[in-house]
Amino acid sequence: MSNTDNQGPLWEVFTQKKAGLAFKHSGSVHAYDKNLAIEAARDLFTRRNEGTGLWVVKSEDIIAVAPEDSESFFEPADDKIYRHPTFFEVPDGVKNM
Amino acid sequence: MKNLFKYILRLADNSLILGHRLSENCSWGPYLEEDISITNTALDLLGQAEELLIYAAEVENEGRTADDLAYKRPEIEYYNVQLTEQPNEDFAHIQVRQFFMDAFNFYLYSALKNSSDTTIAAISAKSLKEVTYHLRRSSEWMIRLGKGTSESKERVNKAVNNLWQFTSELFEMDEVDEALISEGIAVDLNEIKKLWNDKVTEIFEMANISKPEDGYKATGSRKGYHTEYLGYILAEMQYLPRAYPTAKW
Amino acid sequence: MSENIEELERQFQEKIDNEVKIEPRDWMPDGYREHVARQMSQHAHSEVIGMQPEGNWITRAPSLRAKKILLAKIQDEAGHGLYLYSAAETLGISRDTFLQWLHEGKAKYSSIFNYPSLNWADMGAIGWLVDGAAIVNQVSLQKTSYGPYSRAMVRICKEESFHQRQGYEIMAKMMAGTKEQQQMAQDALNRFWWPSLMMFGPHDSDSARSSKALKWKIKRESNDTLRQRFIDKTIPQAEFIGLKVPDPDAVLQPDGSYKTGEINWDEFWNVVKGNGPCNKQRLDHHIKAHEDGKWVREACLAFAENQN
Repeated sequence: MSNTDNQGPLWEVFTQKKAGLAFKHSGSVHAYDKNLAIEAARDLFTRRNEGTGLWVVKSEDIIAVAPEDSESFFEPADDKIYRHPTFFEVPDGVKNM
Repeated sequence: MKNLFKYILRLADNSLILGHRLSENCSWGPYLEEDISITNTALDLLGQAEELLIYAAEVENEGRTADDLAYKRPEIEYYNVQLTEQPNEDFAHIQVRQFFMDAFNFYLYSALKNSSDTTIAAISAKSLKEVTYHLRRSSEWMIRLGKGTSESKERVNKAVNNLWQFTSELFEMDEVDEALISEGIAVDLNEIKKLWNDKVTEIFEMANISKPEDGYKATGSRKGYHTEYLGYILAEMQYLPRAYPTAKW
Repeated sequence: MSENIEELERQFQEKIDNEVKIEPRDWMPDGYREHVARQMSQHAHSEVIGMQPEGNWITRAPSLRAKKILLAKIQDEAGHGLYLYSAAETLGISRDTFLQWLHEGKAKYSSIFNYPSLNWADMGAIGWLVDGAAIVNQVSLQKTSYGPYSRAMVRICKEESFHQRQGYEIMAKMMAGTKEQQQMAQDALNRFWWPSLMMFGPHDSDSARSSKALKWKIKRESNDTLRQRFIDKTIPQAEFIGLKVPDPDAVLQPDGSYKTGEINWDEFWNVVKGNGPCNKQRLDHHIKAHEDGKWVREACLAFAENQN
């Protein structure tokens, strides 16, 4: 270990605005361990009552699709409109569907 | 009412002076995230101080406002414990001072939330949530510094040794406490002392920090006597309202 | 190979022209990468160095309310610096490197923070003028082409829009106060007016990097356009509370905009080069805080390693 002074690894922060809602990516913080990470996230991203739930995960542990794989991953879904709710016709007057 | 007024001022002044000391650290943190976190604690403490001073002004009922109490009182009428006014010598001193105060406030507010005075009970219940988080943070810092590098171990032990003399003052009681305890308003600090000692022992063990021998024990704040530092804090803090007494800010 | 690059550049520009955001792992020209990294890091440094002139008054804030508001505002700036460093780091440059560049003088920050804060009204002037100028720029930057930068700007604008109002409230209070308070307020405006106009940078005709930044949509509007927008909003606000901008040549034109005197560009370039009243003080402060914090960061690293 040559570098004994740095800001610690990067962590991605996800906050839940209120119970029942999905967690949303808020940003990132540097922290040396998971306790400091969740506290830094709390102090930075929930100062204005923005959260009832909080997740942090090390950035390096997130797996993302590479840009060059983007076409093969995502474009095959382009023509599958039957997966979307508006594809199906519902007679006028039918409610709550 | 004089007793109650004085008691609220003690609580308020502890938060105000400690919050003020922490606020001096803004832009001096060891890294940006910690700078923000320390400021959060300072803001919590200043908020507690303001609520308590508003209540103190109400109890006194002589037309003074919370700001008058903060900005126009001389040193001799300030009742914060001397620990809160000790300077930000280094990050270890900041965190050790914080840990001693957080542990004290945690048990104090846990008890005061059942005070027969409903305003004190309400402020304590709210403050307790904040203080619980403060204690979590400062305990973690004790452990990190105590188990970090040889330098951090040396610094945290030095800070503990320097600040230890100010801890017994936290639990001093006088006729104000006695009167208010009998009314169910105040709490018996002897009981807080036991809890505080256990907490400190627990965290010191986890952090490999040795408890100092008792030596000189600072005293005096119950009567408005302080270390030399408080005068400078107030000179700075009160400068504008005192220099321009008719101005509104 | 060079044909390949040309094709990539063409596709890149096409995305920009179609308002498609550029994301960290997308292909981008080296010049774009450098420009975005420099601009974001300067922006981050500005937020963080900007804590100092306001921090100068925390311990002397004249009321409990003023103290809390000021402290929370400075904390916001630290937070904004942090958002921006994180956005900049998506380009693969660590925060440590950005800090090193700052300390070595390779990276700049906004020159406005190289002026001292001398009286309490400066807390008003900084919020009203400096944050006011910054927000004009930042609202425009919400549409910047680099995704992480744009997202950081959206968040910052949401949090920062009221800083300007806080500052103006201080100025208005001072102007409604005693004679001494009014003098403080006018004095603060006198000192901060020109430096806040300089915040928008040199004239478009003298701004070497501007045209490329506009073509790549890193910047969305020119320096002079943004500066004029700020002037036109701010002069009436000053007059409304009885303040006068220190510019004898400022006149209202029939179209509702203001014609103003010329900025002292010698002063501007001097401060940029490091010869402003507080350049050394601000940088020394930041370096000292960083050096004082070294043992703490080392302790955290050592502790984390022992836990694993």
